[in-house]
Amino acid sequence: MDKLIVSPSPHIHTKTTTRVLMRDVVIALLPAAIVSVVFYGWDALLVLGVSVVSCVLLEYLITRYLLKRPSTVGDLSAVVTGMLLALNLPTATPWWVVFIGALVAIGIAKMTFGGLGQNVFNPALVGRVFLLVSFPTYMTHWEIPKGLFGVDAVTGATPLGIIKEGLMQGSTIPDLMAQHGYTYSQMLLANLGGSAGEACAIAILAGFVYLLIRKVIKPWITLSILGTVAATSCIFWLADPARFTDPLFNLLTGGILLGSCFMATDYVTSPMNTKGGILFGVGIGFITMMIRYFGSYPDGISFAILIMNATVPLLNIWFHQKKYGRA
Amino acid sequence: MARRTFSIGGIHPADGKISRECAIKALPLPATVHIALSQHLGAPAKPLVAAGDKVKVGQPIAEPAGFVSAFIHSSVSGTVKGILPCQDLSGNRQNCIEIAVEGDEWLETIDRSDTLVTDIPEDAKGIVEKIRLGGVVGLGGATFPTHVKLSLPPGKKCEMLIINGCECEPYLTSDFRTLLEKGEQVVVGAALLKQALGADQATIAIEDNKPEAIDHIQRIVGQMRAKNPKYAGIEVLPLVKKYPAGGEKQLIDAVMRRQVRSGGLPIDVGAVVQNVCTALAVYDAVQKNKPLIDNSVTVTGECFPKQANLLVRVGTPLRAIVDYLGGIPEEAAKIISGGPMMGKAVANLDAPTLKGTGGLLFLTNKQTKRMPESHCIRCGKCADACPMGLEPFLLYRLAKAGNMEALEENAAQDCVQCGCCLYTCPAGIPLLDLIRQARSQVMGIIKARAAK
Repeated sequence: MDKLIVSPSPHIHTKTTTRVLMRDVVIALLPAAIVSVVFYGWDALLVLGVSVVSCVLLEYLITRYLLKRPSTVGDLSAVVTGMLLALNLPTATPWWVVFIGALVAIGIAKMTFGGLGQNVFNPALVGRVFLLVSFPTYMTHWEIPKGLFGVDAVTGATPLGIIKEGLMQGSTIPDLMAQHGYTYSQMLLANLGGSAGEACAIAILAGFVYLLIRKVIKPWITLSILGTVAATSCIFWLADPARFTDPLFNLLTGGILLGSCFMATDYVTSPMNTKGGILFGVGIGFITMMIRYFGSYPDGISFAILIMNATVPLLNIWFHQKKYGRA
Repeated sequence: MARRTFSIGGIHPADGKISRECAIKALPLPATVHIALSQHLGAPAKPLVAAGDKVKVGQPIAEPAGFVSAFIHSSVSGTVKGILPCQDLSGNRQNCIEIAVEGDEWLETIDRSDTLVTDIPEDAKGIVEKIRLGGVVGLGGATFPTHVKLSLPPGKKCEMLIINGCECEPYLTSDFRTLLEKGEQVVVGAALLKQALGADQATIAIEDNKPEAIDHIQRIVGQMRAKNPKYAGIEVLPLVKKYPAGGEKQLIDAVMRRQVRSGGLPIDVGAVVQNVCTALAVYDAVQKNKPLIDNSVTVTGECFPKQANLLVRVGTPLRAIVDYLGGIPEEAAKIISGGPMMGKAVANLDAPTLKGTGGLLFLTNKQTKRMPESHCIRCGKCADACPMGLEPFLLYRLAKAGNMEALEENAAQDCVQCGCCLYTCPAGIPLLDLIRQARSQVMGIIKARAAK
């Protein structure tokens, strides 16, 4: 003891730093990542590896050499972006396409705006949507799960794609479901083709529960998205079950779970207030269903989240929490 | 146990109450005391003694200078050396009365026996006057003169007296030890305060991390109520351990389910809040004629080898306390007067204790070091933690921009400086540092506008 520190109160601080929060998100994404490797094989691991390494490396290079600032990769947010990007891509995506996605996510969506905390749009989703519109062939080239030690890669369309295609050719939904033998338990456990992270609903939900237990996120945004998807699809399905898919199908297919649990709950690009968050979730759920039912893309959650990301500054101005002793 | 608590925000820091088993012991008298003239909220007291005067323990040495001010009594017997500016714990000069200690001779009017006096006088004004003469001030932190708080504005009625035994600050245990060791006196003090206020009800609120204190006080209250009707209406209420449960506004919310409007006083919702140690001081002043000349101080910290709860005479140099317990530990990087959430960092160990000194906490560099500031990740944890329902992330931005109008609109003036926002921020942003400044600026603007 040579000198005493003199500084204003409080004199103690939480141990839950940004890095700890991001590490928790990485842990929460692990089940989905592991399951994707088990289901889709080494391809999935390659996509994951390339994505994470590119995101971290790009953020390091940009902060150190372009912005000439201390590196921020220690906060682990680039790892989260890398994992989310990979889990949103088909496992057959070539490595250089993944790299371009990472470049757009980190370089354009994140660092151009000033890095973590400053970006308006979810970086991983910007990367994914950029690839979706730029490389549609790769991005709809889905592998059907063949297992870690499976022999041949089989490719095909996702259930959402098959339904969309079938409806355009004049089939009805009950026919299509029967024809392809889709069951809900299959959707819940081991999937039917899609992005790496969409392979198993249970794995995503496990991560979501972990985040809730660790108090990293609150459940309201996720629940309002899922609720809105269920309610909207219920109305349409009851009106015409031949043309519109049912609520359970919509909750369990495509990117709804991954998007609502991990992408829409991103701190930076979601409202700070619970009421704002609920409205944000309703918007995402509704836009997603409109795209699924009436748009030309089979799934719409990525677009829906990005559209609602743009409303966040406004929602933050509109909604404030209740103050003590004020009406 | 009841799960009552305040309704907005709050945090759960580790409570670190490692000195809870240490019984209160009297610190040996120092050689010299420096009794500050300003150790209460309001005008500094006017000295009644001059250099060379002989004084006894409990003798008034300074009188109130104005309505919001308080008597100050000699905490020792000896000779007044002079009235001179001394550095306080922040290093600012404050006028103090220096007294060289000679023996320990008390005023004869003070009842130093242990006999418990439980009779409550009828005359409310008489009680308040004795409290005023005893120099009692609020010992929960603000040191607001107690007799002023008991003089209700015309037309206001106190429905509920709340005795604050939450001690929600981590580490501090002096209120807890007082409840255990002087529980009877605290309950009598509560009854005296209740009588002075003409209140029908009194609630002694204690956080549920102190179950022994809750049981003990509940038993005493039960016994007293059975014997004396003056004790009717006194209840014990366990509260959830959550910081800042002992904040005045939060406590009123938790106990009465009422909120004091912005800029208002507790009495507007029919509440008066007094700390446990204040209740004890009230007992001493009214029943024993003993003015406020000492207080219990928790001396603690993981790096401090000898935790203690000490009864310290007002004006004792902090160094005397530290030296008595073996000096400053090697690893200590910060010494705090008070708790870790709202206490003040000590810059000068020669500073004397004040009536309101409740703790001396030693923290290591690892425990107290702030992490480097990084970007706000908009997690909203500060807003979740704020017990006033404010949005610290927003106030911080507005304070940086100097936007006074928006700061007032977003209620920067309501900040109670509890530190929850800064404690909780994962990005290490010094939220409260800036909001604290903005708050006083906004309050200045509001005052200036009201004066027009």
